[in-house]
Amino acid sequence: MNNNTAAVLVPQINVPPISLRRRVVDHAMTGIAALTVVVVLVPLFAIFAYLVYKGIGSINIAFLTQTPKPVGEAGGGMANAIVGSMVILAIASLLGVPLGIGAGIFLSEYGRNRYGDIVRFISDVLNGVPSIVVGIVAYGLVVLPQKHFSALAGGVALAIMMIPTIARTTEQMLLLVPQAIREAAYGLGVSRWRTTLSITLRTATSGVITGVMLAFARVAGETAPLLFTAFGNQYWNWKTDQPTAALSLQIFTYAISPFDEWHRQAWAGALVLIVLIVAAVAAVRIAVKHGTLAGA
Amino acid sequence: MGVGITVEHLNAFYGKTQALFDVNITVLANHATALIGPSGCGKTTFIRCLNRLHETIPEARVEGKVNIGDLSVYNGTSATQLRRRVGMVFQKPNPFPTMSIYDNVAAGLKLNGFSNRKQLDEVVEKSLNNAALWDEVKDSLHKQSGAGLSGGQQQRLCIARALAVQPEVLLMDEPCSALDPISTGKIEELIFQLKEQYTIVIVTHNMQQAARVAEFTGFFLLGKMIEFDRTEKIFTNPSDKRTEDYVTGRFG
Repeated sequence: MNNNTAAVLVPQINVPPISLRRRVVDHAMTGIAALTVVVVLVPLFAIFAYLVYKGIGSINIAFLTQTPKPVGEAGGGMANAIVGSMVILAIASLLGVPLGIGAGIFLSEYGRNRYGDIVRFISDVLNGVPSIVVGIVAYGLVVLPQKHFSALAGGVALAIMMIPTIARTTEQMLLLVPQAIREAAYGLGVSRWRTTLSITLRTATSGVITGVMLAFARVAGETAPLLFTAFGNQYWNWKTDQPTAALSLQIFTYAISPFDEWHRQAWAGALVLIVLIVAAVAAVRIAVKHGTLAGA
Repeated sequence: MGVGITVEHLNAFYGKTQALFDVNITVLANHATALIGPSGCGKTTFIRCLNRLHETIPEARVEGKVNIGDLSVYNGTSATQLRRRVGMVFQKPNPFPTMSIYDNVAAGLKLNGFSNRKQLDEVVEKSLNNAALWDEVKDSLHKQSGAGLSGGQQQRLCIARALAVQPEVLLMDEPCSALDPISTGKIEELIFQLKEQYTIVIVTHNMQQAARVAEFTGFFLLGKMIEFDRTEKIFTNPSDKRTEDYVTGRFG
C-alpha cells in the first residue's frame, strides 16, 4: 500500500536516455572551446618562448646597467632606454589615467544625453586613430613649442592613446554598479559627487584598474608615437624636456641596423620590455587583490 | 527623537506619467505608519518623495508641500541636509560591497566628513546593537565585506547604517520582502523598539505585518491615498469599500 502511495505522489515520467547525437555534440562543443583556448594561447607562448630563446643570451649586467656603445664596439646596454621607457610611461599614466577616468565618470554619471553621445563617438574615433598620427599631434602640441624632442612629448602622445580606452572601460564598469548602491549613499545624505568618488568608483575599482592596465600594456610597446616625440637618445638623460631613449625605439633602431651584435641586443631589449610590462600588470593585480575584503 | 510629517497636495510624476494624485497625510512622531496597497499603486514613489530620492530619477518631478518636523522639504532645504535627518531602508539589502561591516555602518558619518575614531567606534557599536546585529558580526567588523553577510544580516546592516547618522525619521520600503520568516520576525521586533526613538514609515505588501507593527495605516490605490486611519479601523471597519475589498483579499 505504502509503495502505491509513493507512486501516486511522484508521477512517473519516462526520461528518455540521452541520445548519441546529443552526447557527440556535447563533446564536440567542449572540444572546440578547449581548442580556441589553445589557439589564443599558442601565439602568446610562442612569442615569449622565441624572445627568451633569442634574447636571454644577450642579457647580462652590462646590458642592464650601461648605455649603448658606438657603432662597431661590442658590449654596451640599454640601461638608459629601460629608464627612459619607465619615465615616459610614468608621464603618460600621470596624464592619461586621471583624464581617462574623469571622462569615464562623466560619460557614466552625467553623460546619459546627447552631449555624452558626442563625447562617446569622438572617444571611439580617437581609439581608432593610427598611433603615428597621434605622434604627429604630440609633435605639434609639445615638440614645436618647446623646440625640443622630449620625454614629456612622448608621454603626451602615449597619454592621448590611453584616454579613450580608459574612458570607455571606466564608463562600462561604473554602469555595472547598481543604482541601488548610489541610492543607498544618497539616502545617507551623501552628496552626488562624493557618492560618485567614494561609492560608485570605489565599487567599480577592480574593473576600472583592468581598463587602466589594458591601456598601459597597449601603449607600453608603442614605437610609432615616440619616433618624433621622445626621439631616442644614446646617452643618459634625466630631464623630461630633453630627447629621451625608450626601449621600443632602441629595439626599432637596432633591429633595422646591419649589425649582428645590435640584432642580438634588440632581441634582448624586446624580452626586457615584455617582462617589465608583465611585472607591472602583475604587481598592480596583486596590490588590488591584497586590498580586497573577504566576501566582497 | 522622532518628528511628525505632514504632506499636503502631493503630486508626483515620471515624465508625463502621473504616479501620485493629491496625497494628504499627517504622520505622528514616534509612531509606525504602514502604507499598503497593490503593486504599482505609488507607495514606494510616495516615500521616495519624503526624502527627495524621487527627483534623482531622470525627468521625475514633484509638486506639493511636505514638512518633516520643522523642515520644509521642497522649499529651501537641500536634499543632502534633509536626507541626513530622514534615513531610508530599501527593499533589497544594498550594503556597499567594497566596504567592511564597520565601514558600511560608519559610511554616512565618514562621507559627511566625520572622522573622530573613538566616537565612530561608539556609533558603530550602538547602531549595530540597535539593529540586533552586533553579536553576530562583532568579531569580523573589519575583516568581512558587508556583501558577505546573509540576506537577513545584510538588511539589518542597512538598518544599522541608516541609524548611524541619527535620523529623526526612518523610511522603510518593504524591508522584509527579500527575507525569510525568522529574519522578518527580527526586523519587526526591531521596528517595535525603534518606534521609541524614531518616526517610522513602512511600505509593506504584507497586511499582517502592517497590523503587527503599525499604529496607523494608509491604503493606496492607483496613485491615490484612499483611506488613512488607525490600523485597527483599516483592518476591521474601513470606511471605504475599496479598502475593505483589498484587506479582505477580494482583489490585489
